[in-house]
Formats: sequence, structure tokens, C-alpha cells
Amino acid sequence: MDSQNTSAISSAPTFFASHRLRRNGLAAQIAGRIGSGMLVLWAAVTLSFVSLQLAPGDIVSLLIGEQLRTPEVEAAIRAEWGLDEPLLSQYLSYLTRILHGDFGRSYILQTEVSQLVLSQILPTLKLTTAALFVAIIFGLVSAVLTAGRRIPRGIAGALELTLVSTPSFWLGILLLYLFSFTLKLFPVSGDRSFSALVLPALALGLPLGAVVGQVLRQGLERALEEPFALTVRSWGTSGLVLRLRHGLRHAALPAVTLTGWLVGSLLSGAVITESVFGRPGLGRVTVEAVLGHDLPVVLAVAILSAFVYVTLSTLVDVLYLWLDPRLRSDSPEAAR
Amino acid sequence: MSALPAPAEHETAPASQFLRRLPTNPGLALAALFLAVIAIATVSPALLATADPIAADPLQAQLPPSWEHWFGTDHLGRDVFSRVVHGARYSILIGVGAVALAATAGSFLGLVAGLSRGLIDEIITRLLDVVSAFPDLLLALVLISFTGPGTTNLIFALGVAFIPRFARVVRAQTFVIARSGYVEQARTFGLSRTVLVLRHVLPHAVAQVPILATIGLGTAIIGAAGLSFLGMGPQPPAPEWGAMLAEARNYLRVAWWIGVWPGLAITLTVIAISVLGRRWQTAFEGRRSE
Repeated sequence: MDSQNTSAISSAPTFFASHRLRRNGLAAQIAGRIGSGMLVLWAAVTLSFVSLQLAPGDIVSLLIGEQLRTPEVEAAIRAEWGLDEPLLSQYLSYLTRILHGDFGRSYILQTEVSQLVLSQILPTLKLTTAALFVAIIFGLVSAVLTAGRRIPRGIAGALELTLVSTPSFWLGILLLYLFSFTLKLFPVSGDRSFSALVLPALALGLPLGAVVGQVLRQGLERALEEPFALTVRSWGTSGLVLRLRHGLRHAALPAVTLTGWLVGSLLSGAVITESVFGRPGLGRVTVEAVLGHDLPVVLAVAILSAFVYVTLSTLVDVLYLWLDPRLRSDSPEAAR
Repeated sequence: MSALPAPAEHETAPASQFLRRLPTNPGLALAALFLAVIAIATVSPALLATADPIAADPLQAQLPPSWEHWFGTDHLGRDVFSRVVHGARYSILIGVGAVALAATAGSFLGLVAGLSRGLIDEIITRLLDVVSAFPDLLLALVLISFTGPGTTNLIFALGVAFIPRFARVVRAQTFVIARSGYVEQARTFGLSRTVLVLRHVLPHAVAQVPILATIGLGTAIIGAAGLSFLGMGPQPPAPEWGAMLAEARNYLRVAWWIGVWPGLAITLTVIAISVLGRRWQTAFEGRRSE
């Protein structure tokens, strides 16, 4: 806890200063981003603690969920959460425990929350990775083949609008009906084989791929209008090579800003997709925990996903600073 | 579209300008027509569907679509068409409610942050950062685990999750407008701070909110249906679209029609809303850049 608190506090002034002074070097700016990411995480953990305190009803019945309340269980909860101690020391021990990866105990499932979450991470990771793959491939193909071409562009645009507007769970139901029940190509549920991953990944990935495609196409069209595109064309380079080798490089940078949104949507979407396809995973655990008022589990999943989200978007921020010197605060453009 | 008489357009508000374009654009007209039907279904569903959406009739269970039951019947023998029509009320109510909550709270927070700057601005911005560190639906799920499922709780949970996107835009706009020349000018007239904020800053700072709300409504409807699908929204036998799909999931093998129509209703509604929202946005941005 100490290390996190001190680093968050010591880096806070750098972060705030970087807004105003615009004289910091790259290293300081990167440290600022990381510090501000840690600040957000610390605040997220604090928020979860505060919400437990402020929620209506007493904290013991919040933590116990729908489990039978016996004096023994109540004593166990009081001891575990230090409920008889002053609020400040409760808070500090909560922070310490979470820093050590200890999210408490689920009284409904009679197990350590961290073990439960760890055991369910793999199937969710498989699903989200596969869906990310689907989204990126779909977006790339759709953007590269249709950018700047009137009719294909219109068709791809209409397809993307439809996909963006389609709830992933309905897409999942349609895919299930078509490919599992009617054509019997893929299993209906479970996570036993690779083929069980195909339909869930499509249901989760295609609507996201539509957004990726829209952003990539816009970037690509802008790049193709730049003077360099004309130069490359004058070398006799084919259209596809121009798009793939030169255009995409420029189009990819704005698409990278989608990372945060993509991570959030994949995590949110996985909750629903896992239910549609009866897959094991964090999403299933979360839904059952919410319906059973199993707060320790819900909070653990929420904090974990905030951690993933903040880590990845901080990484992208840092990558961006490194890739695009114009964004650094010591560059002439940023100092305008 | 490019052959519009420019000078007259300049004077009109974007909303009326966009209404006048409706008849010349078939896609737009179709979207507006569909939303009009949805609006009727929301306000008085009995006009469109006479069958009872809740009464079960086991003898009529799982009938495929026919002249008598346009969309077929479900596993309890309820008319699916009637359930889809009556379901519009839930989806629209939850979507509009959540977006209205998010837009109001977000505009307020954005305005306060943008006007106050300094410490208060820093606190609000940080708080928004924290809220948006949780994925939307997951944050809604956390809130529901405190409040329990149900229609009102779902509106609240989704509304809170959508606050940051409104607050950020309004804050940025307020920054720009509070520093602009005409506000400086108005200040020299000796107007009080309240008048200055309410009459000169607020209307411009929130100008984009209705457009954001329209586009956000589509996302909210999909999110609401998803959470209802998981059992967090209106409870059975309410004919909510997402909840209907959750039931349909178990009968796909024998009755595909239960699982098709509610999803189609969601998708078409969201497409229609996005088509109108995007066109409105283009009109707004075009007017601004002129």
C-alpha cells in the first residue's frame, strides 16, 4: 500500500504541472501518465470502499449476500473486514488487502474471491482475444477494400451501420440458430474445443469490427488524399500496395485511440456473450454474483477490469507519445 | 444535398433544417416513419396489437408465424407480435430515461467544472476518469448488485454509466465559450454572473447535448436490452425485448421465431435512431463550419 500511495502522491504534481508548464521532457511526461493511471486505480478502489459504506443496509448483510446469516458467519465477516475497528484503519487494511490481490471471501460460494476469479480468467481471455482478432480483421478488410470507392463504400457503410446497431447477444442467437441448430457445424455451448469459440468470437467481435472499420476507413481516406499518396502512385505502385504499405500506417494511428473503448466493450460484451453461449468465464461469474448479491465477487471483477482498462490505455498513451513526437509537450507544436 | 440554398439555411436552427430535408431523403424518411410507429407502440400499443401480451394460452404454444399470429406464439402461447409491440414501451422508457439522467447530470457537472476551473474542475475531471475506468455495462452491473434488478434501477445504473460522455463535451465547450469574445463583451455590460452563465454560456455549452443524446440513445437501448437479457431489468412476464430474447434462447431448437422478432425490433430501432442522429450531427457541424 505504501509504495502505491507514495508514488501516486509524488507523481501527482508532475502530472498537473505537465498541463500548464509544457516544459517537461518525455520521461517526465511518461511518468506523469503512469502516475495519473495509478491515481485513477487508487480512486477506483477507494470508490468501491466508499460505496460499500454508503450503500443502504448494514455492511454485513451486503457482504453476506443471500447466504444464511448465522452468528458464526457474521463474526467471520467482522473479523475479515475489521468492522469493529475505526473507519480509517478499515480503509487502510482494505487497500493493503487489494494490493496483495486479496479480494476477500465469497460467502455464497464459500471460496476465496481471488481464486474464483483466477480460475475463470482463461476462458474469458480466450473469448476476448478471439473477438479482438475478429474485430481487427473485419475492420482492416472492410476499410482497405472500400476506402475511397463510392459503391463498395456505401455497401460497407450500410453493413457496418447494421452491425453496430445489432445487439451482440441477438447476433449470437442468430448464429446459434443458423450454424448450430440448423447446419450443426458448431457446438451449441461450452468451451471444450476451438470450434466452440468460433461463434461467440464472431458475435462479440463483428459489431466492434464495424466501428474499427469506420475509423480505419476515415483515416485511410484522409491518407489517400495526402500529397505523399500521389507521389507513391507516380512510381507506378498498385492501389492495394499503396493502401496496405503506405496508407494504413497513417490510418492506424487514429484507430489506436479506440483501444480504451475496445477493451471496455470487449469486457462488457463478454459478460453477455458468455451467457448466450453458455460458456464458463468471468462474465458468468459476474452475472451470478450480481443476481445473488455476492458483492465481494462483483467488486473484485469490477476492480480487475478497471485495472486492465487503465493499464492498457496508459500503455497506449505512452506508446503514442513515443510514436508521435508532435504530442510531446517539449515539441514546438505542442507549445503553441 | 450540396445544392441547398445556402443563405436561408444559415438562419435556421439545425433541427428545423433537418426536418425540411426529410421528404427528399428516402432513408431518412423511412427511419422517421419507423420511429413514428415505435412512438405509437410506446404511447398506446393497443392501437397496433389487440392480443394480450401477457395472457398465456398453452393450447396455442409455439405456433409458427401465420395470418392469425403474425410473429407466431411463444412457449406459453402468447402472441409474439403483441409482445414485441408492447415491449417498445420498456426499451424506449429505459433508453430515454437513462440518457435523460446522464445528459442532465453530465451537463451540470460539465458546466460546473468548465466554469470553476481550478480545484473543483480537477476533482470533477478525476471523478469522471474513475467512473469511465469501469466498462459501461460492468459499472451498471456493480450498481445493480447494490440496488437489485428492476426497471427503475436499470435506468439509474445505465444513466450513471453514461454521465462521463456528456460531462466531458459540456466541460470542453464551457471552457471555450467562457473565454470567447462575446462573453467578455457581455461582462463589460455589468451583467451579473448568474445572468451571464444562464443566458450566455449555458445555451451554447449544451448545444451539442441533444445530438449526443440521440446518438447515445441507440447505445443505451442496446445496453438496456443486454442487461435485461441477463435478468437485470423488468422481470417476467413483462414483454421487454431483451428479456424475451433470453427466454427465446431456450426454445431456439423448436421455435426460431421467438428469437428473431424482438432482436429485429431492437436493431431496426437503433438503426433508425442512428440515421437521424448522424444526419442531425452533419447538419449541425456543417452549420458550424460555415
